[in-house]
Amino acid sequence: MIDWKKYLIVFLITVSLFLSASYVSNYFGERKIDQLKSIQDKIAIDILSSETQFSLLSELSCKNISDSVFSGELAELGSKLEWSERNLGATEEVSYLKKYYSLLQIKDYLLMKKISARCGVKSSFILYFYTTAENCSLCEKEALVLTELRSKYQQLRVYSFDYSTDLSAVKAMLQIYKIKDTALPALVIDDEVLTGFHGIDELEALIKKSFKLQETKPEENTQKSN
Amino acid sequence: MASIFSVIFYILIFLSVYVQVFFFVTFLQNRKKIIIRNSKVSLSSYPSVTIVVPCWNEEHTVERTVNSLLDLTYPKDKLKILLVDDGSTDSTFNVINKFSQFPNVKVFHKENGGKYTALNLGLLHTETDFFGGLDADSFADRESLVRIMSYFDKDSEIMAVAPSVIAYNSKTFIQNAQKAEYNMSVYLKKMLGFLGAINVTPGPLTIFRKKVFDDLGPYRHGHNTEDMEIAYRMQKNKYRIEHCNDAYVYTNTPTTIKKLYRQRLRWIYGFINNTIDYRSVLFKKQYGNFSLFTLPMGVISIVSVAYLFVRIVYNIGDFIYAKINVFNTVGWHFSSANFYPDTFFINSQSFIFLVVFIYLLVVFAMIFGRRMTEGKWGLSLYMLYFFPVFSLIAPFWLMKAVYNTVLQRKPAWR
Repeated sequence: MIDWKKYLIVFLITVSLFLSASYVSNYFGERKIDQLKSIQDKIAIDILSSETQFSLLSELSCKNISDSVFSGELAELGSKLEWSERNLGATEEVSYLKKYYSLLQIKDYLLMKKISARCGVKSSFILYFYTTAENCSLCEKEALVLTELRSKYQQLRVYSFDYSTDLSAVKAMLQIYKIKDTALPALVIDDEVLTGFHGIDELEALIKKSFKLQETKPEENTQKSN
Repeated sequence: MASIFSVIFYILIFLSVYVQVFFFVTFLQNRKKIIIRNSKVSLSSYPSVTIVVPCWNEEHTVERTVNSLLDLTYPKDKLKILLVDDGSTDSTFNVINKFSQFPNVKVFHKENGGKYTALNLGLLHTETDFFGGLDADSFADRESLVRIMSYFDKDSEIMAVAPSVIAYNSKTFIQNAQKAEYNMSVYLKKMLGFLGAINVTPGPLTIFRKKVFDDLGPYRHGHNTEDMEIAYRMQKNKYRIEHCNDAYVYTNTPTTIKKLYRQRLRWIYGFINNTIDYRSVLFKKQYGNFSLFTLPMGVISIVSVAYLFVRIVYNIGDFIYAKINVFNTVGWHFSSANFYPDTFFINSQSFIFLVVFIYLLVVFAMIFGRRMTEGKWGLSLYMLYFFPVFSLIAPFWLMKAVYNTVLQRKPAWR
């Protein structure tokens, strides 16, 4: 009376649908990873090119050089990586890309430092250390504050580093600024280390004082995006 | 914790895909047997049939119901109509009493005791070999009875035949959403018929061999779903139930969300409690697909809808919490940079594809159901209404039915 064969066939069809769905999902996941890789490669080339340009032209073209590295792309890459970590899972590929991203940030940071030293421009950047190894609600809040500040002040660069990134360059940064995982989130502004959560008003006052930044005007925004 | 939820989520998706594929495979196996007859049907013999119309405060619809019975293409001398007023407080009795002039109509009045008692009174006065009911809010198509009887005519093993119930005169948004659902139910019922696994013999014009009641006893309260209880009892006793897809009965559907909620609460409560009463039938191969497919499928759909609802509520709560967090941290600042569209951020997790697949098969069920009832292929706007209405409101009656079952609270009829 019962068609067991049918129950089995339907089971096999369902299993194959699951496998197909996971195949398609992996395919799109890989496409996303490829997209991340190509963004990273582009940034790496940009940074390398800026470094080379900087070495070639020395002090003469300070103005050109400071415009040539695109911090905006680094920020976009950062948000895509964060999304991938949440949605594609903390796979080896994603964590590898994250390491690479940290390295690119450090290179961009060092280059900007050099430029500011030689061209006499006051660099405006914040180093931000957080953790994903444990639930850090203060880190999430701090990230919101920094995102807001970054959109408000276009010249401000925020470099963010996951404390748990297994990369010697990141570890060196942690050592230099004596960052401990018990005191996260931590910020480095103008060589001064701040630990724990700092609200938007406090940081805004601080960066205004340190870097004498001006709020981005809407006209300026449009020009840049063009 | 998150991983447990995710495992449960994928198990539910697996089972839901399984159910949909099972229906679809059944369709592929039997599609040539789905016949829609347009010409007149004639039978080798026309056995006498008694149809009972139980009425409780149906003054607005019952006249049309009785007229539809008087209009049936079945020989008049072979059709007995019993109109039972179950203690109505409106003018229902006056309305039905007008029909006592017809030689084949008998009118009864009794104290209010519930629909099953009205049906049982009809059963007591039934002298024919075939018996059926017709809810007083429904109207039978002229050809419906003869088409139903053709099933009994060709197979003496068939014990009951259920018709295709179609939503009548849908006007409101809620009614149109139900129209799509009723069309889908016609398709699903036909598939369950092929599987020998029908779990409801609907109040509108299911016809039984009188033997069913002689053998198994009269209608029972059945948690206010006597038409479900008798089907369960028949399945337990291995009495065959078929679905006659081209016998159409039109029924008035609830016009508002509140009325729909009450009706569905009663149905789901009935499903849960009848399933509990007949739990000995579950997962026993001797009871066939009814035990291995229909009942587990009902349980799976209740759990899935409830789970999905909890998940949606959790996600909305999470979203609001995140927004409040942003507000508390940085105040109301909307930076345009956060709103750039990018295909990168489209979710491509595997469950998305499976959910899309499930929805496609649901839409197919609606389209084929529409073909079976309206004779038209294709999508209709009503199918779009179905999803928001049933995915947003169904969880409430489902959870309320579970809640009532746990606390043993019985829902009212209306």
